[in-house]
Amino acid sequence: MTALLEVDNLHVTFATRKETIEAVRGVSFTMGREKLGIVGESGSGKSVTCRALLGLVRPPGKVTADRLVFDGAELEQNDARTMQGIRGRRIAMVMQDPKYSLNPVMTVGEQIAEAYRIHARASRAEARRKTIEMLEAVKIRRPEQVYASYPHEVSGGMGQRIMIAMMLIPGPDLLIADEPTSALDVTVQLQLLAIMDDLVQERGMGLIFISHDLNLVASFCDRIVIMYAGRIMEVCSAADLHQARHPYTRGLLNCLPQIDTPPGELPVLERDPAWRDGVS
Amino acid sequence: MISVNGLDVVFGRGHRALRAVADASFEVEAGGVYGIVGESGSGKSTILNVLSGLNRRWNGTVTIDGERQGQRRDQDFHKKVQMVFQDPYGSLHPRHTVDRILSEPVAIHGLGQAEDRVLRALEEVGLGPEFRFRYPHQLSGGQRQRVAVARALILEPRILLLDEPTSALDVSVQAEVLNLLTGLQRRRNLTYILVSHDLAVVAHMCRRIAVMNRGVIVEELGVETLRRRAPEHPYTRQLLDASIGYNREAVATMEEFEGGV
Amino acid sequence: MTTSSANSIATHRHDRLRQWLLSTAPRSRRQARLGRAYIAWLTFIENRLAMIGLGIIIVLVAAAALAPIIAPYAPNAPNLAERLMPMSSAHWLGTDELGRDILSRIIHGSRLTLYVIVLVAIIAAPVGLLIGTVAGYIGGWLDVVLMRVTDIFLAFPKLILALAFVSALGPGIENAIIAIAITAWPPYARIARAETITIRKADFIKAARLQGAGPIRLIWGHVMPLCLSSLIVRVTLDMAGIILTAAGLGFLGLGAQPPLPEWGAMISSGRKFMLDQWWVAAMPGVAIFVVSLGFNLLGDGLRDVLDPKAEGR
Repeated sequence: MTALLEVDNLHVTFATRKETIEAVRGVSFTMGREKLGIVGESGSGKSVTCRALLGLVRPPGKVTADRLVFDGAELEQNDARTMQGIRGRRIAMVMQDPKYSLNPVMTVGEQIAEAYRIHARASRAEARRKTIEMLEAVKIRRPEQVYASYPHEVSGGMGQRIMIAMMLIPGPDLLIADEPTSALDVTVQLQLLAIMDDLVQERGMGLIFISHDLNLVASFCDRIVIMYAGRIMEVCSAADLHQARHPYTRGLLNCLPQIDTPPGELPVLERDPAWRDGVS
Repeated sequence: MISVNGLDVVFGRGHRALRAVADASFEVEAGGVYGIVGESGSGKSTILNVLSGLNRRWNGTVTIDGERQGQRRDQDFHKKVQMVFQDPYGSLHPRHTVDRILSEPVAIHGLGQAEDRVLRALEEVGLGPEFRFRYPHQLSGGQRQRVAVARALILEPRILLLDEPTSALDVSVQAEVLNLLTGLQRRRNLTYILVSHDLAVVAHMCRRIAVMNRGVIVEELGVETLRRRAPEHPYTRQLLDASIGYNREAVATMEEFEGGV
Repeated sequence: MTTSSANSIATHRHDRLRQWLLSTAPRSRRQARLGRAYIAWLTFIENRLAMIGLGIIIVLVAAAALAPIIAPYAPNAPNLAERLMPMSSAHWLGTDELGRDILSRIIHGSRLTLYVIVLVAIIAAPVGLLIGTVAGYIGGWLDVVLMRVTDIFLAFPKLILALAFVSALGPGIENAIIAIAITAWPPYARIARAETITIRKADFIKAARLQGAGPIRLIWGHVMPLCLSSLIVRVTLDMAGIILTAAGLGFLGLGAQPPLPEWGAMISSGRKFMLDQWWVAAMPGVAIFVVSLGFNLLGDGLRDVLDPKAEGR
């Protein structure tokens, strides 16, 4: 497996008036064209890590890394132009709430078509045809109708499909999905994951799936990165999650209520300060 | 303790009317923990709003503690029934200290000994006296939800309505809050109605469970049936499958269920 | 005891106070409240323009409080021998057509300015707050009636409406205050209503209702405190407008009556000498400008501190 993305010793810090917050503290991982899950509780640095990869960390945030290599090319943090080329074209991102990512006064189809025209310099008719094709690819049943609708007219699940269609238009090699399904009902959530799953397989893309839901990530991804307090606690293959060694991973798994186990006290996660300092 | 019969709730009027709850009936015995599970828009929270008196436009019969309830509720009702909301960030007044949040109900009902009651309520939800004069923004999500539980308990109610009390929290914090709720229920012999979209949470907490879809209770089942994974209604089975996690084959067989309206 | 050790004790005490104020675990209601105010103050003093604004307002208040002491001359004592004198070491800002010292008149006039804005603020702001919160919280026909009344007041330009009221009530500073207050409350009612409508649906209001809190307790204890910050900002920003309206009425002869050293009336009487003795009209104009600017800067700074959306949720 050739590495699609190599991250070595990534740090992200936010300096405010009162203190300096280290959101990500020395994260290193390598991924190929696979489904990689990043799991962690709020404040674990999982979202910030991915924003850093895309160069989306704004001042006062500061990103440093020993190595950030995407498909053989160094991701130069300073070179905004190169970053913009890679971002969007080769790395795409789907966020939690599509409502904030779509322009409310433009129809959904026009927005996707416009995104396509920016990347491909195609004619209007060509862009429209391609858009309809993409809407079909994300299993939208009446693509013509959805093309002409405004963002407020579509449901949350539909909105997320539209976002995925839009992100996939330039044919990226890596898709980053930041809790794309957390706001959705469980059945809609699974249908959306199936769409992403199929697309990633067909196109041979890499996928980084960020979530707080350990069960979901374990059943969906190939490998899992578990983060806590800006550090990686453990990386394991999804199939072996239930044999995970790290006490934090074990704690997270144990404190989930289960349908089959009788009620009683749930084990509570005891946080070891050593995890924070990274002496594990 | 709680009995609901033929409950109907309609939002809006005329051709835009939406039947949010259709002919819902169930009973909860004293000291029981009853779960209502369903996806968004299923009408599960609407039922809680009717029971608590927040929603005043409904039809049917609601009997709580032997008294038939009208649209309006009196002060005694509020001492008997309290509610905990989903979002601990929105359910505490941003400009009130914990002390003020907890002592206000004491003042409204003229109970006296406010300081004693506040300290006792804090202790009961596992917060020390050092939390008494903090503002909500100085608390974590879990601590806020504990304050919300303390506020609900300070009037010593017998019924607690829980509207997704842990879905805004991290899983480790969820475990703590669920443990707190279980402990309180046992110690005080409270009656709970827990509304959630998470089957595992409901199965962990409740003895009897109603499954709702599009305003209708499609099935009522005991937790043992759920544990044996033997529900009758296909919708419940689908929810159960979905709760296990992602499975490409299972997703292909998922279907849309029309409401029974 | 040496100076340095005295200093270090003072710093030490200062540090202790700071820690006490910034404590995340306050031990009393008073500490919680003071701590909150201290953090607001820390944010405020970082804004240099707002500090300039605050400085101007402090100078205004000090001038008003100490007017008889710091004014070099009596404000209304005519001295016909020294009419229309230009600026000099005897009369720093010159004299007017009756030989009165302009600096002294401006200093005494600050009392009138302060009198007007304080009275307008304490009449108009609570009226607007009450009408807005009640209309927003109760809703229904009460909301419709109260808001239409508000609209009627908003439909007229402020100065025109104030002019109409003053000409009905008769000229004089008290009547000018009443007229300005009557025209000033509707925007506050609108702001308070808009805030109330968003607050009304919050879970903490539902929770309070479930505890048996009645509408009066809810409006007074829960809704009003949250409307207060945007209202304070708006009132501060409006102070400049109130000063200008008062000056406008004074200029037209409908506000303060001579010989009161009201700034608008001073400009009015100075305009006859505008070309040759420009300072007679310009000096009170500068005073109005500076004080208006001060309130605007202060209002902007307050907005940064008090805006509830900026607070860590």
